[in-house]
Amino acid sequence: MTQIISLPLSLDDASFEQVFQALSQSAPDDKVLLDARHTRWATPYGLTALLTVAQTRTTTPAFVPPEADETLSYWARTGFFSHAESLYDIRGPFPKLRPGGESHVLLEITEVTKSGDVHDVVERIKERAQKILAELNIDSSATMRFVVTLSEVCQNVVEHAGTSGWVAVQTYQWKKRLGRRVVQIAVSDGGLGFRRSLESLPGRQTPASGDRWDDGMALEEAVIQGVSRFRDRGRGQGLANTRNFLGKWSGKLSIRSGTARIAIVPSWDEDTPLCVGLPYFPGAQVLITIPERIAQ
Amino acid sequence: MIQTIDLSSVLRRSVCELYSNLVTRPTGVAVRTEIELLVSERSGVTLTMIDFTHVGLLDYSCADEVVAKLLLRATNGFFICRGLHEAHVDAIEAALSRYELALVVEAADGARCLLGPLAREERLAWEAIAKLGRADAHAVAGELALEPAYAGGLLETLASRRVVMRAGPHYLRFP
Repeated sequence: MTQIISLPLSLDDASFEQVFQALSQSAPDDKVLLDARHTRWATPYGLTALLTVAQTRTTTPAFVPPEADETLSYWARTGFFSHAESLYDIRGPFPKLRPGGESHVLLEITEVTKSGDVHDVVERIKERAQKILAELNIDSSATMRFVVTLSEVCQNVVEHAGTSGWVAVQTYQWKKRLGRRVVQIAVSDGGLGFRRSLESLPGRQTPASGDRWDDGMALEEAVIQGVSRFRDRGRGQGLANTRNFLGKWSGKLSIRSGTARIAIVPSWDEDTPLCVGLPYFPGAQVLITIPERIAQ
Repeated sequence: MIQTIDLSSVLRRSVCELYSNLVTRPTGVAVRTEIELLVSERSGVTLTMIDFTHVGLLDYSCADEVVAKLLLRATNGFFICRGLHEAHVDAIEAALSRYELALVVEAADGARCLLGPLAREERLAWEAIAKLGRADAHAVAGELALEPAYAGGLLETLASRRVVMRAGPHYLRFP
């Protein structure tokens, strides 16, 4: 029997928890159908996570595209359908547009598997980033650091996931939530996740019985303490430096892995710094949000 | 004699003809390996100028490999970097701090300065050597109004971090 999962009207990092919850009720080889007919909006997080969902299933899932023409067209321009075609059994019409041509899409959804993919991502985004960050009143000197941040989070997939991942970058108006524009980087993979990656550290001591060791603690070690699965002292700095950059620009970092999510929360947001006991989903889903700078 | 290495040429030669950015750790390892090979082809103590002029981005992983690991491994060599822009400096500073390393960098006008986690007095001692060209602990102590033994300690720190050269009792700025 096929499990039908209705996607929410708006598909972002918060609402995607409903999808993770529904998926956690089924085994990876169960047949599922993701129904996006009524979905009108999706963030880069929503779209990259949708592609990751398909990768984590051993039976090809079915997907019903959105009904709204505007939504369909936008998803096509982000490159969603060009990737989804090979991952989902798509049941319904969708535009065969080539990705691109969308002024708010800084980087169309791009697969990241190897080091060369990170080079390609960096090369593609560099020029557009300068223009769009300037529109957000973000100093041109920050453009390079923004792209370096993107490079670092993409490298986490290459070095730690053990599988391919997806990255997308987009700007949009966050009128209700913040009253200004934001730029978002979303990187999602269905691979090892932070806990299993850290557990592969050679010589790592297994926590004593009763000691806490879970996805939340793994995220705290990696994001707050800069622990890496590599012994090398130079490792584990990517996320630390990403935090520094985001701190300067009032940005937000959130990472979901396994059953936990950690967030570095700026003053404009009221998110919970650490959520545990979430529905299990493999890999890591990283979301970076940088708001438009308001002149003082 | 100073050997100059154009980093963007090394990147294109050792990784990919199309790349202009120093990003990802495997890229950093490949570029550092090539630099080490070029340096090893010269005998004795070497002084190498690494030119970042045509490098677009430098991420933290690459800064760790191309700068910090290079300094840690090439213990018989001295290095200067030039052509750095602000974002390069950020990544390099982060990598140097991790290992408490220091690096001489040259600005477009030829002026040199230090990057890395150094104390103020260590920086002043380096500037004294840069001004004097060649000096012993007594000369630097006189320049900075310090006890000679203390100045000697500062100079030893600078020599061990390979931002000045040592010749007997004297410390030398890079040519």
